[in-house]
Amino acid sequence: MRKTTLGGKAFRAVLFVAFGLFFLFPLYAMADFSTRNLIAGGRTLQAWKNLVADEALYAAIVISLLLAVFTVVLMLLILVPTMIWVRLRAPWARGLVEFLCLLPLTIPALVIVVGLRNVYLWVTYFLGESALTLTFVYVVLVLPFAYRAIDAALSAIDLKTLSEAARSLGAGWATTIGRVVVPNIWSGILSAAFISIAVVLGEYTIASLSGYETLQVQIVLIGKSDGPTSVAASLATLVFGFVLLLILALVTRGKRRDTAGADPAVAAPTTATQPGVPT
Amino acid sequence: MTNGVSVELNDLTRVYGSVKALDGLTLHIEPGELVALLGPSGCGKTTALRILAGLDEATSGTVSVDGKDLTRVSANKRDMGMVFQAYSLFPHLTVIDNVGFGLKMRGKDKGQRVSRADEMLELVGLTAHRNKYASELSGGQQQRVALARALAIQPRVLLLDEPLSALDAKVRVQLRDEIRRVQLEVGTTTLFVTHDQEEALAVADRVGVMSQGKLEQLAAPAELYANPATPFVAEFVGLNNKVPAEVSDGRARLLGASVPALTGSVASGGGLAMVRPESVTVEADPSGTASVTSVAFLGPISRVHLTLADGTAVGAQMASSAARAFTPGDRVTVGVEPSGVLVVAS
Repeated sequence: MRKTTLGGKAFRAVLFVAFGLFFLFPLYAMADFSTRNLIAGGRTLQAWKNLVADEALYAAIVISLLLAVFTVVLMLLILVPTMIWVRLRAPWARGLVEFLCLLPLTIPALVIVVGLRNVYLWVTYFLGESALTLTFVYVVLVLPFAYRAIDAALSAIDLKTLSEAARSLGAGWATTIGRVVVPNIWSGILSAAFISIAVVLGEYTIASLSGYETLQVQIVLIGKSDGPTSVAASLATLVFGFVLLLILALVTRGKRRDTAGADPAVAAPTTATQPGVPT
Repeated sequence: MTNGVSVELNDLTRVYGSVKALDGLTLHIEPGELVALLGPSGCGKTTALRILAGLDEATSGTVSVDGKDLTRVSANKRDMGMVFQAYSLFPHLTVIDNVGFGLKMRGKDKGQRVSRADEMLELVGLTAHRNKYASELSGGQQQRVALARALAIQPRVLLLDEPLSALDAKVRVQLRDEIRRVQLEVGTTTLFVTHDQEEALAVADRVGVMSQGKLEQLAAPAELYANPATPFVAEFVGLNNKVPAEVSDGRARLLGASVPALTGSVASGGGLAMVRPESVTVEADPSGTASVTSVAFLGPISRVHLTLADGTAVGAQMASSAARAFTPGDRVTVGVEPSGVLVVAS
């Protein structure tokens, strides 16, 4: 292992503190502002109480959280089996699927809203005027991020051999995916899920232009009349996102440690050969 | 003990685009028999095994096990245990759970699974590693666990797809012998695919040599080695010298000797005899017409490279103690042992 010199350690510590302050200072400022009593002076938790007491805001929080959950579930149900199927059965379609998944990155939100208007006439005709129908457009929106995370996880395992081994042992396709593939790409699925939640909780343009009241839309609305409550809601969303990313980092670090923990003297490479090439 | 079933691959053809990976392959395996499919990369041996496993579909032809047609049966319903070339243990499961996975798929309760898995781990000598993960095992240990996992389900057929090719030489030989021991113990009908002729000859009851999607010859190892049916088999199984020969009345005349010409040889006239290095005899002779080019020491044996009077290069294999008598430039007389040779058109 490479030794770190004292100077190197000090430099790292300075950098760590500097970046920590840079990122934490705005959060501190938000916390300070959201607990300030602007009229009477002093401190108050009224803004934070409003997060629950303000019915419109509370409803928006619930809607946004439900949207995040539905988006993640629908995205995983569509993307995971598709990506596994493409890798195993239709590798020729991989480039096309990647292109389609990355496409939303290149289309401005405004164009998406205009483009989806006609489609959403049918969606609202069948499912009603609910903000939860935004799930469909959000699934499209998170595809680029989710695709990258799951693709990296799938690349790290020998998918073909593992799934063939499972099938030869009597597992059907659903069991193979559920009991063999998913546990081995779990960190990628968690990454995809958490990043999707962060995207959904941060999305404003599409919800606002479509006329739905999600958390972000409410925050902007409240911000016009009640600054501290709006900032409290923003801070809560940010902290929630940070906590999710922290969990993600801990989970993936745990996975890396598991892999690195094997004795290199006896551990064998898992990709020593080109698997499954018919001869 | 034999509890195997018969396996029949009938007229299998597999076409990938413009490439014919299998070209009318027919192979019958007897119950409890271990057949090795041997051939160079791209000869179709792995494709044949994958079609038998249900992991690939034949373009035409049928697969029968124990008399039942399995051609359209999916892989998970074929009841076959398979060991792959690449390490295939499930990384998220311990050794004991890996071995018990197939039993879980068959609805066995935990007690039955653990008991059977322990039995299999004992068979491959890995009981002490039952609670480890794949990443904590060596390559050889991983393949042993894969073998235990494949056998735990008491498969009707055991399929081994180059299971030793990722291992180092010493472990390879150990595991090769172990696979044969275990196979004889459980008596499962087995198809073993390899490109290593030594491996195939050492473990199999019969060896099938494949080339360009076709089975060139299927015979017991000794038979295959002594009486190759085609030039490809003669060349692929063992190193061969090509020495000018004359054939008449079923005998081949070469290197001053007359030996039987094997079936498949040219009927009469000149040709090239395929002579194994260990069949070439060398005698020191100052008036001999051949000369020693070089001597390669290979441990217990050595290979003596010679040049005949007509310029033909010939290799002779002998005990290193005998090879010590020769140095490059020596004049020698070269002969051939009186075993049969295959003579092909030159």
